[in-house]
Amino acid sequence: MDFSFSPEHVALRRMIRDFATNEVAPIAAEIDREHRVPMDVLRELGETGLLGVCFPQEYGGMGAGETGYCILMEELGRVCTSTATNVGAHIGIGAMAIHLDGTEEQRRKYLVPLARGEKFAAFGLTESNAGSDAANINTRAVRDGDEWVINGGKIYITNGGYADVITIMAVTDPTLGARGGITAFIVETDWPGYEVAREEDKMGIRGTSTVELVFDNLRVPHGNVLGKVGEGFVTFMKSLDMGRLTLGAACLGGAQAALDWSIEWATKREQFGSQLAQKQSVQWMIADVATEIEALRSLVYRVAWMVDTDQPFSRVAAMCKLYGSEVASRAIDAALQIHGGLGYSRDYPIERAFRDARIAEIFEGTNEIQRIVIASRLFREHGVRVSP
Amino acid sequence: MDFSLSEEQRMFRSMFEDFSTNEIAPLAEELDHEETVPLGILEKAARQGFLGATLPEAYFGADLDFLSYALLIEALAKECMSLSVTLGTHVGLVAMSVLRHGTDAQMEEILPPLAAGEAVGAYAMTEPDAGSDTTRLETRAVRDGDEYVIDGVKTWVANGDMGAEGPSAVFLVFAQAADGITAFLVPGGTPGLTVGYREPTLGLRNVPFHTIYLEGCRVPAGKRLGAEGEGPEIAARAEERMAVTLGAGALGVASSSLDVATQFASERVQFGVPIAQKQAIQAYVARSAAEIEALRHLVYHAAWQLDQGARLDFHAPVVKTFAARVARDVTDYMVQVMGGYGYMEDYPLARKYRDARALSLIGGPTEVHEVRIAEQVFAECDVEIVP
Repeated sequence: MDFSFSPEHVALRRMIRDFATNEVAPIAAEIDREHRVPMDVLRELGETGLLGVCFPQEYGGMGAGETGYCILMEELGRVCTSTATNVGAHIGIGAMAIHLDGTEEQRRKYLVPLARGEKFAAFGLTESNAGSDAANINTRAVRDGDEWVINGGKIYITNGGYADVITIMAVTDPTLGARGGITAFIVETDWPGYEVAREEDKMGIRGTSTVELVFDNLRVPHGNVLGKVGEGFVTFMKSLDMGRLTLGAACLGGAQAALDWSIEWATKREQFGSQLAQKQSVQWMIADVATEIEALRSLVYRVAWMVDTDQPFSRVAAMCKLYGSEVASRAIDAALQIHGGLGYSRDYPIERAFRDARIAEIFEGTNEIQRIVIASRLFREHGVRVSP
Repeated sequence: MDFSLSEEQRMFRSMFEDFSTNEIAPLAEELDHEETVPLGILEKAARQGFLGATLPEAYFGADLDFLSYALLIEALAKECMSLSVTLGTHVGLVAMSVLRHGTDAQMEEILPPLAAGEAVGAYAMTEPDAGSDTTRLETRAVRDGDEYVIDGVKTWVANGDMGAEGPSAVFLVFAQAADGITAFLVPGGTPGLTVGYREPTLGLRNVPFHTIYLEGCRVPAGKRLGAEGEGPEIAARAEERMAVTLGAGALGVASSSLDVATQFASERVQFGVPIAQKQAIQAYVARSAAEIEALRHLVYHAAWQLDQGARLDFHAPVVKTFAARVARDVTDYMVQVMGGYGYMEDYPLARKYRDARALSLIGGPTEVHEVRIAEQVFAECDVEIVP
């Protein structure tokens, strides 16, 4: 078994690391402080082609696969969780849904500009009554000739404040539930009836846009149905599965950064006559965090390989998200503790990482949902159905 | 053994909770957002006698026992943990140090203004190179006739600057003098004492934490608290009181988080039922409730022990380390119960989570307290731990 990355992936990582160090890291603190999306950095990323890292070259992408996308998310997550989140929502669930289930025409029209970073994407699923219970959405789409008329709304939509294209889930048959009753639509955000209602004030990832959307007689051409009518649930589950792997990769990056900071500080800071590195309590924290990062790294890149070789990956992708989010939280918590007062001060990056990390256990499917996904797949192998 | 609170203590608790609900709750979110010093609330608290909570009536204090004071801290922390830290510093670290170690003249001069809230106590111990380790300080106090000249830098001074409209500060400053670490009472505005940078923090955003500079700061010998070299003892007793105080603060933030999130879980319907019906949620709630219950007994018992005049060499670090863990665990679980709402700053859990995180650092990091506990345990085996 050869665990090394291909020369192409090694070169890709080097390129991304340079970009992350030179263009992203310098703005991380200010976008958090100013509560703004780094649009210029996102556009620059678009120009490098990285916003299409995993999409085929024929659709404007780089063709570097899920492994390449994980590398991007890891390197961005290492310097700025907000930037990684913007990118993740754009590629991983926004554009990805179109890549997975779009017609050739839809891919040409929408995926290509998204892959090239000429336009930005979002994914509209969550509603006030449909968080973990994603199928419990109420947004309604009614057929009217060649169009569908959508009424309703969404909450907590990442990138929603600036996306050009959004994949929206709506109920097309209220008599059916998840199976057969929900349809995915590709919506252009400048169409009449689409409104961004408010921007959320979040504890962390403050360099992202998280919004409430309102649809008031939003008309969508039938040609913008993504996948088949009534099969939206399948589309969104597939997109979320993919998104879980790459969120795990972003968490890996964040955890690694926290470990690096911890080690460096422990060698510099002296108390009680010696460096913190000489204290067993600090050594134990660092050893435990380093071990988990090692395990997470192997998990994430093995699952990326499974996706790239067309193996089933839903259960293990959920594990990447579950374990990744918890490892990142533990790594950052340890870094905060090791840095003492500096870890609690907004003049240093650790407290921002602490605030940023917390959302990973909640969005993209809470860790409780991830556990249900994992457990239900394991029990299904024994013929037992488990429901949430 | 009767573990119940006295009727008077229950009455006090009820009064404290009313104050918290009526005066603090409506302002807590905005206060955290604006990061202002809550002067309006402190003025009202002063009128209720809270700023002189444990001080004798002779000095215009409310003469509360420490356990009642802990109930006050807990009640305040339910709505605003910052207030519990500000009050804890003022009463427990500063005012009670003067009460325990001061001369009659010092008590008569300093305690009434502190009790009235006309002056606020600030604790100046930490230095850039003295965080966990305060056994060697660089701040120096040199005797010069009737005065001491103090030079040094102190960081993370809670209540360091209450603002232009606020009460002046009385700094309890620890400095190295000829006979060892010594405590001094330095009023704000003393020439040679400059209040500097306010630390922007993850949580506790309404506690003004400042850096202060002492440059040729002349202080009359009459402002020395206790004897030269008595500083470590004064600090140990003060920090012991603060450990119990922070324990009460942890109880407040944890129990209020549990209340908010369980209310949410009983109303939030997903998959056809309130999420309170999900076993995973029940597990988080159960673990939280159990930890809070255990912490409550630990804190109240430690407070009672202080009222009996006991030293808490073992119990203070036990309370502190356990309180930090409970506050972290419970706020973390309850953020998770609230899902996305737990991450939004227009709901209370996000700030409770940020505030609670301070507890494993403020008042000494958990790791140092654990060594103190281990020292007590190993002493029973006749082993002396070398730090």
